[in-house]
Amino acid sequence: MARIIVDVMPKPEILDPQGKAVHGALPRLGFESVSDVRQGKRFELQVALADESTLAEVHQIAETLLSNPVIEDFTVRVEA
Amino acid sequence: MKIGIVTFPGSLDDVDAQRAVRLAGGEPVALWHGDHDLKGVDAVILPGGFSYGDYLRCGAIARFAPVMTEVVAAAQGGMPVLGICNGFQILCESHLLPGALIRNDHRTFVCRDQVLVVENPDTAWTSDYAEGQRITIPLKNGEGGFIADEPTLDRLEGEGQVVFRYVGSNPNGSLRDIAGITNERGNVVGLMPHPEHAVEDLCGPGTDGLAFFTSAVRQLTSV
Repeated sequence: MARIIVDVMPKPEILDPQGKAVHGALPRLGFESVSDVRQGKRFELQVALADESTLAEVHQIAETLLSNPVIEDFTVRVEA
Repeated sequence: MKIGIVTFPGSLDDVDAQRAVRLAGGEPVALWHGDHDLKGVDAVILPGGFSYGDYLRCGAIARFAPVMTEVVAAAQGGMPVLGICNGFQILCESHLLPGALIRNDHRTFVCRDQVLVVENPDTAWTSDYAEGQRITIPLKNGEGGFIADEPTLDRLEGEGQVVFRYVGSNPNGSLRDIAGITNERGNVVGLMPHPEHAVEDLCGPGTDGLAFFTSAVRQLTSV
């Protein structure tokens, strides 16, 4: 078995209200060093074999379902 | 005149939409998300709510519901399709309409009577309105911020595809105050506010929403 990780993040130019809310909470907790927070999603896909054709399929999954290309970018990687 | 209203798991306003269609003189037909059949309807409404719990993204899973295959094909063939709130999100996820809806910029759910200005009375769902008319219908959403890239926004404005704009303070951070849009052909319309909640004087802010449904019924009857 292998695990493929898909990370989905809001595009840099898209407003991220959730990240802003998290960022806004930090000073209240006494954390002052963080200047910005962006929040995304991480998907862990269990597959039998992370070969080229499976990775191509995962790319397709990420593009059609896991992310919305209008507002989000994604990356695909095989977990070591 | 049969207008189908799709019920997804988590739809909330399907029955209100059916009622609005009936009040407008049409025949509402309940459609089920798992069906591959539009039951011979002349138009389709995707109602508000939280289809599939809004998991993943609002409308993202509903887009792949079996019935949506038929809805997308019918919409591309010119059938009038109206998406309200969650239905608007589903239309964007289905790429029947451009852009996307994201979380309100102020991060809180908004529920209020909202004034809109009608910018395009030439769609299948707005022909009973006049250009520039102001209407008041309820707005209730947590993820109603309409966004698209600048070229898309310019194209929408240039081609008259902005159907409604918010009047007064922008309730959710929608770019250029856009509340609703249509496709190039004018048969597919999506908006965040809820016309089906403003069809009777007894409840809601009045009857300003009724013309959505009479527009479609009139247009379908005259064909």
